[in-house]
Amino acid sequence: MREALDQWLFVYAAYTIGVGGTLLMIAWSWIAMKRAETRREKARKR
Amino acid sequence: MHGFANPKRFLALASWLTPLLLAGGLVLTAAALFWGFTQVPPDRLMGETVRILFIHVPTAWLGMGGWTAIAVSSLVFLVWRHPLAAIAARGAAMPGLVFALICLATGSIWGRPTWGTWWVWDGRLTSMLVLAFLYIAYIALAQAAEREGVSARIPAIFGLLGAINIPIINRSVVWWNSLHQPPSITMGKSAIDDIFLGPLLVAVIGFSLIFGGVVLARMRALLADIQAEARLRRRAMEAD
Repeated sequence: MREALDQWLFVYAAYTIGVGGTLLMIAWSWIAMKRAETRREKARKR
Repeated sequence: MHGFANPKRFLALASWLTPLLLAGGLVLTAAALFWGFTQVPPDRLMGETVRILFIHVPTAWLGMGGWTAIAVSSLVFLVWRHPLAAIAARGAAMPGLVFALICLATGSIWGRPTWGTWWVWDGRLTSMLVLAFLYIAYIALAQAAEREGVSARIPAIFGLLGAINIPIINRSVVWWNSLHQPPSITMGKSAIDDIFLGPLLVAVIGFSLIFGGVVLARMRALLADIQAEARLRRRAMEAD
C-alpha cells in the first residue's frame, strides 16, 4: 500500500528550521557583538 | 575601498549599517515567506512542498556565497595583508555555515515527499555536505590560529583552497546524474514560473540583507575582542 504523506507537515518542518535557525543566528550574533563591545569599553575605562 | 579597510571608518559605517541590514532583511524575508506560504498556488508536480523553495534556494545560494566571501577576503588579506580582510573572512564563516546547514536540512525535508528519500549520496548533496564540513574546519582553524598566535595566513590559504568546492557544487547537477533538478535559474534565464519567481526574489534579497547584517555583527564582535585584548595586554605591560 502506498504511504500517504501530508505535504504540509514537510512545509511546516522546513519553515520551522529555516526561520528558527535564522532567528537564532541573528540573536546569537547580536548578543555576542554587544557583549564584545561592552568588554572593549570596560577595558578602555580601566 | 581601501578607505573602509580602516577599522575606525569601518566601525563608524557598521554601527548604523548592521541594524539597518538586519531589520530590512527581517521585514523582507517575513514578507516573502508570508507571500510564499499563503498566496502561491500548489505546484503541478511538487504540490504544496513547492513553498520550501523560498527558504531552500536563498540559503543554498548564501551558503555558497559565504564561502565565496571567505575566498575573496582571504585573497585580499594574502595580497594586501590587511587584517580587516581576515576579520571579514571569519565574519562570513558562521552565517555561511548556518545557511549551508539550513539548505541541507530543508533539502532533505523536501526530498522525502518529492524523491521518496531523505538523502542520496549524489554530486549535489555530497558537495554541499562537504561545504558544511569545510566551514566547520575553517572556523576551528581560524580560532586555533588566533588562540595559538599562529599567522592568519593559514586559515586564509585554507579559505582559498576550499573555494574549489564552489564550482563543483554549482556544476554537480550538470556533470553527474542526480535526483536534484538541473539549474532552474541561470544568467538571464529562469525555468521557474513568474508566480513563484516574485516571492523567491524578495526572499533572496531579504536573506542576503540578513547575511550582510550578521557578517557585520560578527566582524564588530571579532574587532572588539581584538581591541579589548590589545588594550588589556598594553595595560599589563605598563604595570610591569
